[in-house]
This record gives sequence, structure tokens and C-alpha cells, in this order.
Amino acid sequence: MGHVPNPRPAGDFRTSYVDDNRMFKTHFEKYAALGILVAVMIAAPFLGNYWVSQLIVIGIYAIAAIGLNILVGTTGQISLGHGAFFGFGAFASAWLATSFNVPTLISMPAAALLTTAVGMIFGVPAARIKGLYLAIATLASQFILEDFFARADWFSGGVYGALADRPDIFGYVLDTDLSYFYLVLFWLVLSVIGVTNLLRSRDGRALVAVRDHYLSAEVMGVNLTKYRILSFGISSFFAGLAGALFGHYLEYVSVEGFTILLSIQFLAMIIIGGLGSVYGSILGAAFILLLPQLMESITSVMAVAFPAMESGKAYVKQMSIGAAIILFLIFEPEGLVHRWQQIRASWKLFPFSR
Amino acid sequence: MTTPTKMLDVENVSLRFGGVKALTDISFHVNENEIFSLIGPNGAGKTSMLNCISGRYRPQEGSITYDGQDLLKRSINDRAAIGIGRTFQNLALFGHMSVIDNILVGQHHLLKNNFLTGMFYWVGGAQKEEEAARADIEDIIDFLEIQHVRNEPAGSLSYGLRKRVELARAIAIKPKMILLDEPMAGMNLEEKEDMARYIIELNEQYGITVVMIEHDMGVVVDISHRVAVLDFGQKIAEGLPEDVIEDEQVKVAYLGVDDFDLDEEEAV
Repeated sequence: MGHVPNPRPAGDFRTSYVDDNRMFKTHFEKYAALGILVAVMIAAPFLGNYWVSQLIVIGIYAIAAIGLNILVGTTGQISLGHGAFFGFGAFASAWLATSFNVPTLISMPAAALLTTAVGMIFGVPAARIKGLYLAIATLASQFILEDFFARADWFSGGVYGALADRPDIFGYVLDTDLSYFYLVLFWLVLSVIGVTNLLRSRDGRALVAVRDHYLSAEVMGVNLTKYRILSFGISSFFAGLAGALFGHYLEYVSVEGFTILLSIQFLAMIIIGGLGSVYGSILGAAFILLLPQLMESITSVMAVAFPAMESGKAYVKQMSIGAAIILFLIFEPEGLVHRWQQIRASWKLFPFSR
Repeated sequence: MTTPTKMLDVENVSLRFGGVKALTDISFHVNENEIFSLIGPNGAGKTSMLNCISGRYRPQEGSITYDGQDLLKRSINDRAAIGIGRTFQNLALFGHMSVIDNILVGQHHLLKNNFLTGMFYWVGGAQKEEEAARADIEDIIDFLEIQHVRNEPAGSLSYGLRKRVELARAIAIKPKMILLDEPMAGMNLEEKEDMARYIIELNEQYGITVVMIEHDMGVVVDISHRVAVLDFGQKIAEGLPEDVIEDEQVKVAYLGVDDFDLDEEEAV
């Protein structure tokens, strides 16, 4: 990763190891994160249904992207099956809720745990192979799971799909988007805190060590097989959790939603947001979801001048994601987060920055 | 003088890669609290020998005993827990991690927090443990004089500093025996002197047994207690450094007959 100067302002000294290990590097970061959180919570009731539903989907995708980022960004592996794990979480939660009458609030994390188990099974090849070969092996998991969803009537309802009720808290059903938004936000915040903590403790370091130099990581006492499979497990946990939230949001889970396209979208989110960065995952999820809509409004405006563009709207939407990925890979391979760090560094060094 | 206890005992080790015999019937031992050097020309099998000890290669024949245990039965990642640390010939740091995090990875086997307690950092003791570990490695940072770069990403450091960080990471394992693969390669005289000082201090103050591969004969003769010479996968000499460099076979194989005499005269 490109080196970015220390973001702390002059005079902000750390005088203890506790200070040095804080979750937020600067006071600004801390207050900005808390400020945005509080602002979103207060503003949500006034945003209108459309934007609240957008925020819900962004939040759900962000949780899944945070999971994928542990696997790809932190541990340096690759998965083309994240979309299928996301789907497994959705089906598993619906299955637990309808077949076993598990309260939905509990069935969601339970489904995430089931997805963890499945992810670890499909992660076993990672113990032996990496890179392109691992990509193909995880592609197999995508197709196997998709096929499983379509055929396992007892689990997923087969081609008819499964119904997933909205959760309720002591009889209060979260049937409005607004109330569901707060549930998603709760899980998102918990995921961010959990993963940030993970990255500053022993096992998080071990995962990064496996990515950066697995041979010396092993000599340092890191069990490569364990940590490679563990990272699949953790990443699948968040995929499953996000999937469960997604299923109960739509109140209906169907096979078609979890194709390879979704897996690639998740990969695009973390590439654009920033590999290995928790906040990057959120930014990437927002970017990937909002970009096509932005492009749609732009095309609509342009269609006034060039009526031919009206019929090409759908293509522009699709192409914009592809173009964004290519442009990011060329100009900012470290993602939105790195760009933001550079902007901050340039403010800090002003007027000596260029 | 009491007979020294054997820390590491290598017996009749042979290692083959297909038809190539990398090591043939090598035997030597390393005493406790000793600086032991492996020397020899390029391709002699020194690093292969070290890799056999640290588990990367598995010799087809022979046995390696460490501290009374059969080392060949242990997995690579077990070796940290039984007290074997190592550094690499070509730098093997975790480039994107800070120097502190690099060194903390060395304490992996000493820490107990896992991904669950790690995620709930504040409850379950992860924070306490991490901070204790941090205080612990600060001693190593002080010892190796790398305070000024502790927050830098390891990949951005200069060569000499990276070598030092690698040594720091190996020390963080709290090893009883440390394997150093060319710790001074590519360093200037000043950096070599520093490194030699660290190795001697490691040995004398921390009581760590050192097994070292090194090409700089001046350093080897000055700091090692005993030396073994490898050539074409075979051991051609073993003993006190001053005896070994006088050995005719060693001169022919490695040191060079005429050149060495010349160098010695000039050095005096």
C-alpha cells in the first residue's frame, strides 16, 4: 500500500500503549465516524422511503463486503462464491424461521453461523491452492450452491423460493423500512467494530502475515491451513449475516438473486472501496449501488438532447460499473479510502502539498 | 570445564531434490549457548541445511534432534513454540504491516487471544494482552535501536533496517535457538558492526544459541565459537574458527589459496 503520512495533527501525542492502539487513529476520525452515525440515525425518518431503502441495501451489501474484504484484502485469497454464501445466509435464515419457528432476530445470526460452516468447508481447498486456481475452486462453490438452492426444496423451496417474514422485537414487527433500517445499521456497526478489533489483535495480524509472506508467517508459528480456512469462515459469517438481512428485507428469497454477477459485484465493491479497509468496504458498497442510478439520471438528462440515448439507459448502467472498475484499477488501485487519505494528507501539509 | 550440552544434533542428514543431492550425510552439533557458523561457497547447501532445521525441507535420511526432541516430527509452525526462531536470506518481512505489527507476529504463539476475543477487544482480555505484548516488544525495539521506524510500514524501510526488523521479529518469538541466514549480506561496514554486536549480545545477555550462515569471514572468525564448512552438500571441516580457516581443504574449496594469504598479509 502506498505510504500516506501520519494523519495526526501536530501536538497530538500518544503517551501510552493504550493510546497507540486506539480504534481511531485521530480524534477527527473518531468524531467524524460518530457524527456520521448519529446524523444518519437522526436523518433517516426524514429521508423518505426511497432513500431509506437505498441505505438499507447499502448497509446490507457493506456487511457482505466487509466480510469479503477479510478474505481478499486482509488474507490475500480470492473468492468468486461470495454471492452464493450471501444467498445461503438468506435461505438458511428463512428456513430456520419457517421450519423451526426460530424468532427471526435469532435466525439471522444463526444463519450466519451456518454459512460460516459452509464457507469453511468450501474454503478447505484454500489450504492447498491459491491465486487463479483458488478462484476457480471458489467458482465451483458458487455453482454448487446455486444448484443446491434450485433443487433442495426442503431448504430453499426450490424454484418457488422461500418466504421470509420481517423480524419482530417482543411483538413489535419491523414492517416499515425505517425500523428495518435501524436493525441493519445495528448489525453494520457491530460488524465494523468487530472487524476493526480483529485487525488490531493477534489473529488479524496473523491473517495479514499470511497474505504478505506466508513462508515466514509459518516460521513465526502461524498455522497456515488454520488461518486460511478461518478467513473463509469469518468472511462467510458476514456474507451469511448480510444475506439473512437481505432475505428478510425483501420478505422473499429466490434463487435468481445470487448468481456469479453478485459475487463479482462484491469483488468490485472492495476493489473500488479499498482492499483491506473496513470503511472502504462501506464506501465501495455505496459507490457500486449509487453509480448506476447516477448514470441513469445523467442519461435521462442527456436523452433530452439526444433522444437515442433513452433506449440505451440499461446499457449505460451496466457499462458504468465495468468502466468504474477498470478506471479504479488503473488510477486508484488502492481504492476510495486511499484517495481520501491522500486528500487528508494534502490538507494537513497545505500549502506545501501539491 | 564441563562438557557443554548439545542443543541441536544433526546426524547423517541427506537431502535430495529429484536427482540432485543437495546434502550428503551431514552431521554436526550445536552446543547450548554457542554461536555456530555454517560457511561455504554458494550452492554448498547451507540454506538447505537451515531449511531442514526450520522444517521447510524434509531430509530423506538422517535425524535432527533439538533439545532432546525429534525435530523432523514437528510441523513448521510448531517450531516457534519450542523456541526456534529464524531470519531469511532474502528479506521476508510482512511489507504492508508496520514494524510494530511485524514484531508482534513473532509473539503469535505466546498470545492467547483469538478471533472471537479479538473481535470483542475490550471484554475477554484481548486488550490487556495486546498491551502487555506491546510493552514487551518495546524492549526488543530498544535493543535493536529501531525506535524511529516503529510505526513505518516494513516495506518502506532501507535494507539494513529491514534486516534488523527481521531479527527483532525472530527475537520476539523468545527463542532458545535462533537461525540467521546471512544476517550481514549487503550491509556496509558500520551496519555489519552493529549487527555483529547485536548477535553477540543476543548470545551473551539473552543466552540464545545462534546458528548463522555468513560469508564475511572476518565476522565469522571474530564472533563464532565453532564453524562448520560445507562444500557441494558435504561437510569438509568443523571446529574452532581459527583452525578451520587454516584447513587446506577449506582453503581450496572456499577461501581461495593465494588470495587468502594475500588478504591476510594485507590485513595484518
